[in-house]
Amino acid sequence: MKSFENILPKLVIAPGFLLGFTFIYGFMIWNGILSVTNSRMLPNYSDFVGLEQYVRLWDMDRWYVALKNLGIFTVLYVGVSMLLGMVLAIFLDQKIRFEGVLRTIYLYPMALSFIVTGTAWKWILNPSLGLEKLMHDLGWASFSFDWLVQSDTAIYCIVIAGVWQSAGFAMALFLAGLRGIDDSIIKAAQIDGASLPRIYWRIILPVLRPVVFSTILVLSHLSIKAFDLVMALTAGGPGYATDVPATFMFTMSFTRGQIGLGAASATMMLATVAAIVVPYLYSELRSKPHER
Amino acid sequence: MAAPLHIAGIRKVFGKGDKAVEVLKRINIDVAPGEFLILVGPSGCGKSTLLNIIAGLEEPTEGELRINGKNVIGMAPAQRDIAMVFQSYALYPTMSVADNIGFALEMRKVPKDVRTKRIHEVAAMLQIEHLLDRRPAQLSGGQRQRVAMGRALARDPQLFLFDEPLSNLDAKLRVEMRAEIKRLHLVSGITTVYVTHDQIEAMTLGSRIAVMKDGILQQIGTPDEIYRLPANTYVAGFIGSPTMNFITGTASSTGATSLFSFEGGSLQLPSPVQGKVTLGQRPEHIHLSDDASWRGQVTLVEPTGADTYVVVKTGVGLITVRTPPSTQVKVGDTVGMTVSSHHNNWFDAQSSLRLS
Amino acid sequence: MNAKNLSRLAVYSVLLIAAFFFLVPLYVMLVTSLKDGAQIRAGNLLSLPTSLNVDAWALAWSSACTGVDCRGLKPFFWNSVSMAVPAVLISTTIGAINGYVLSMWKFRGSDLLFGFMLFGVFMPFQVVLLPMSQVLGFLGLSSSITGLVMVHSLAGMAGTTLFFRNYYTAIPRELVNAARMDGAGFWRIFYRIVIPMSTPILMVTLIWQFTNIWNDFLFGVAFSGADSKPITVGLNNMANTTSSVKNYNVDMAAAIIAGLPTMLVYVLAGQYFVKGLTAGAVKG
Repeated sequence: MKSFENILPKLVIAPGFLLGFTFIYGFMIWNGILSVTNSRMLPNYSDFVGLEQYVRLWDMDRWYVALKNLGIFTVLYVGVSMLLGMVLAIFLDQKIRFEGVLRTIYLYPMALSFIVTGTAWKWILNPSLGLEKLMHDLGWASFSFDWLVQSDTAIYCIVIAGVWQSAGFAMALFLAGLRGIDDSIIKAAQIDGASLPRIYWRIILPVLRPVVFSTILVLSHLSIKAFDLVMALTAGGPGYATDVPATFMFTMSFTRGQIGLGAASATMMLATVAAIVVPYLYSELRSKPHER
Repeated sequence: MAAPLHIAGIRKVFGKGDKAVEVLKRINIDVAPGEFLILVGPSGCGKSTLLNIIAGLEEPTEGELRINGKNVIGMAPAQRDIAMVFQSYALYPTMSVADNIGFALEMRKVPKDVRTKRIHEVAAMLQIEHLLDRRPAQLSGGQRQRVAMGRALARDPQLFLFDEPLSNLDAKLRVEMRAEIKRLHLVSGITTVYVTHDQIEAMTLGSRIAVMKDGILQQIGTPDEIYRLPANTYVAGFIGSPTMNFITGTASSTGATSLFSFEGGSLQLPSPVQGKVTLGQRPEHIHLSDDASWRGQVTLVEPTGADTYVVVKTGVGLITVRTPPSTQVKVGDTVGMTVSSHHNNWFDAQSSLRLS
Repeated sequence: MNAKNLSRLAVYSVLLIAAFFFLVPLYVMLVTSLKDGAQIRAGNLLSLPTSLNVDAWALAWSSACTGVDCRGLKPFFWNSVSMAVPAVLISTTIGAINGYVLSMWKFRGSDLLFGFMLFGVFMPFQVVLLPMSQVLGFLGLSSSITGLVMVHSLAGMAGTTLFFRNYYTAIPRELVNAARMDGAGFWRIFYRIVIPMSTPILMVTLIWQFTNIWNDFLFGVAFSGADSKPITVGLNNMANTTSSVKNYNVDMAAAIIAGLPTMLVYVLAGQYFVKGLTAGAVKG
């Protein structure tokens, strides 16, 4: 009877975990296998080519463009979102009236699909009828804003849309962190004569380091997945000027009939994410003492 | 429905290899039907582990466990017909008091009308009938405790287990609930094993006390036996407040009595013991006496209302003496002490075991 | 007194400007959707429509073109519904059961299993696209809503397991022990005790999953066919058609339609989301 009680929980989660692990790890391996074959439109497991697809990958200008864009996008997206989020959080923490309304306003973009965001901003940043025309109508005749269609500036439009979507989320994380700080520490600092900006800079912000860390983690993760936003705003264009690894992979695999190459790029994406996440997960799970 | 409990050779080891910790080392206890056994000891002595093993929430590494003659090792908790009251009460937060009390009956498919009747019976016994529709979050600590007991009582089990149920209550409530538990035991007559770290609870509630330390049963006996005839210095020092005084010295027998010499004094006591021994003497069996030869300086005077405890600094350390509240002794005074020739507890200085 | 008021003013100004930044796109979308083509060209982003024109909305819903199809967003809206609802329910249920076992019925290696599952939360889904499309093809489910439901359920499992497991670890072990002694078994404890205590985390998980699945584009565009496209794919197609005339008003109306469900969920239920995140298990 006791042994049944012992087996049942394991039986119950077995199917879910089996499916889940197949999905995660099984597919990971399968993708890896595809990346060492010369698959084109369809998988071709008999044509084993070793690391040739990876060599091809790192030989492509387009891949380097994608990586560069990812770098630019991630740094700016994470950096600006965090900065804006932090500032908004600090200001909101000052016992503001309408705090609830403001919070709702800052956060609602997170509820939208990146496609919706991308479609809206595509219109706003429209070279002839969007922001440029607005500025002209407001009197600033020499304003020009065709960033969206220029190869070297289009990526920044994606950053703007991305920040608009996610800064509120960074704000929410920081606000929660600020709210979690013990009031008495701040009171002690005030008695000690520190001014409010000083208090924030020397006492509060250092305490928020873990929040900064987890915000960077979540936002970086979102940026690596930023497939939807790019597709909606620029579809990777003009040309492939705003390609990112995610769009690169998709185009190669589903549009260009280069499954092997696409799989290789996916593996590269996985490796990047794993390099950051695995040590983090390992340290998290190790440091937690075993609960009963 | 009282059942005897037979614990034989129970061992529990946690961990493996060189990280293995033996939490229980061959425990043997026989609890008679209807008996109220207390398991008492400091944190980490293994008493809660033993209770969990009896309950079936944990399995022993080795040993035998019989309830009413039946071997229950390997049996799920629900099948052992045991009810347990937990330290945190563990009431089901989303259910009403009535549903909490009746839950076990519901699990056993007892018909609704029988269940309701029993719930009201138990609630009346515990004077919580007016709380039956409330949720646990709306109750005070004492009320929650009663509901937890009601949940156990409703079962009418073979065995009651209590895991430090009074630790979360304030002092006054604790005294009240102690009396309540004793009364309920009298009424129900169910065999009970009760875990506590509080020696006062142990002394007042139990028909027998089992003192544990480091996974070993130090002594098992009635409160009187434990108090008057402790089996070793640990038990002697654990039970009784203020604690027993211990004096280590050398005794040399001179016929019917011995000369017991120690640092700063000596006593002539009617006990035929020899060699390096420790004398244990309770504060109530030491008296202040102006013309005694054993002297020391008073460092603390603690009046408790009914008695006054005087702490005297001597060559063998601090000695606590109980005196009537009318005493005029002050801190700094030099006093003499006589030791009663009855109630001497002699222990081997090396092994700490009682010498007969 | 003045310095304090000045700084208050500065704070409010910044917050207000930020509010504008976040609200203006919504305003622009709404306003554009109510203009006709001429008004769009004549005015600018912020100008109000000279006459209210709801044609764009009707077009967006029932007759705008998304590639070769010209049926508006309506079919895709319902595709998303039939995809999201089952997927949310399935992934939440599996997550709850997994979380329950991993926190209250731990066994040797259960923490390790959890750790491995956790990676699924962070993994880039690009890496499962190709194998998944093979599997769906093999099962005859490619380009079907059922296939999408399957993918989303599998992909969501890691996140839902994480939510429930972390929430359930806060429930005291003694509660489970008391129930075991009362005679409740594995399922009874789950059904009678744990689930009634799960309302906060249930809200969090349902909202989170619905938002993610409704808003998804990657799986939608990779695994759907003409009749199973979710609304995100439909919207993207509509806004990116290379057909002759660009109907910005229709695009904006379509974008609002696509974004409305999750926005509504956020506005109406957002407080439960926040409450759920900060709630622990009930004490007592």
